[in-house]
Amino acid sequence: MSNTERNVERTAERVAERIKERCAGMEGKLVEYLDGRAKPAERRAVEEHLAGCSSCRNRAEEFRALWGALDDLPVISPSPAFDASLRARIAAEPARRGFWGWLPSPRLAFAVTALVAMSVWMASMPRVVTDRTEMSRSLVEADFGMIRDLPVLENYDVLSKFDALSELPAPPNALAAGEVANETRE
Amino acid sequence: MARTDVQLMLDVKAGDEQSFELLLRKYRTPLVNFLYRMVRDSAVAEDLAQEVFLRVYRARKEYAPSAKFTTWMFRIATNLALNSVRDNRHRQLEISMDHTVDAGGDEQPAMEVPDRRPTVEQQLVERTRSELILRAVHALPEKQRAAVLLHKYQELDYDEIARILVCSESALKSLLFRAYETLRVELAPLINSAGVSSNVR
Repeated sequence: MSNTERNVERTAERVAERIKERCAGMEGKLVEYLDGRAKPAERRAVEEHLAGCSSCRNRAEEFRALWGALDDLPVISPSPAFDASLRARIAAEPARRGFWGWLPSPRLAFAVTALVAMSVWMASMPRVVTDRTEMSRSLVEADFGMIRDLPVLENYDVLSKFDALSELPAPPNALAAGEVANETRE
Repeated sequence: MARTDVQLMLDVKAGDEQSFELLLRKYRTPLVNFLYRMVRDSAVAEDLAQEVFLRVYRARKEYAPSAKFTTWMFRIATNLALNSVRDNRHRQLEISMDHTVDAGGDEQPAMEVPDRRPTVEQQLVERTRSELILRAVHALPEKQRAAVLLHKYQELDYDEIARILVCSESALKSLLFRAYETLRVELAPLINSAGVSSNVR
């Protein structure tokens, strides 16, 4: 293949590619052009393309013929009962609901009301809760006092029952011995 | 001076039942036809059209004119139609699978039954022109079908159709091009018989 032939072949490929690109661009423009809604600039662009592209020109003609054929589709009429049936369906619709209407049933409305009333009642009784708190605080303090005094009581118990103390020799002075005994007991 | 659809709907919102009647009278036939061409069953189409009006009526108190009335109404209609088509397809699939199970395991599955539909040429002989067109339109993918019906028969603006189908305007234009291209091929005999030169396929 000569250089000239190769060049012609390349040029033909480029032209075919360009035509293909231009025809692909018709995909988004042709319908709009044919139904008369294309803007003037787009209209001119399509007309220029159609003037040089027999394939798209044929397609455009056949689209027009197709639309003519599609016009032959018969128009059906709604049945005579259409309106009456629709009115019946509208009449069967539940009435427009107000605020209370959004509650599903009277039972639920009663339950909600009772719950709200109970909540208000409970919220209005803060003193009872305070008294209870004070009572529990005094009980805790009493328990704590007992625990605090427990070592002392334990010491008293141990010392009063400690046999070694009773085995101590008698003091020379009975009075002094009595004081010592008293101090030990304390 | 005639009130616009939005004005009528705002009047309905304010409690004017007569305005609802006007909207009903204006749109019941286009809606029934749109839905019939979507679902191909006139009884289902009527039922769905009533459902559309019912939903419009139910939503009247919350209506805000953020878009054209037709955009809102056809969006409801399209969603209902697509759901109906999908439910019906699902139901038919279940039925065909049940038949296969009942008939025994040796039978060919329902999904693999060879296509014995007559060719377009045979259909031309056997069926009427409108039936052919309706079949071809109905054979389009659902979104393409809705796009064609809203564009060709309801003549809605591109931005309206794009909002209804929840896509961009450029995507819609490509969708429409592909849909019409499919119809051009499928209905080539009709187009040719209308005397148009063709180099289809």
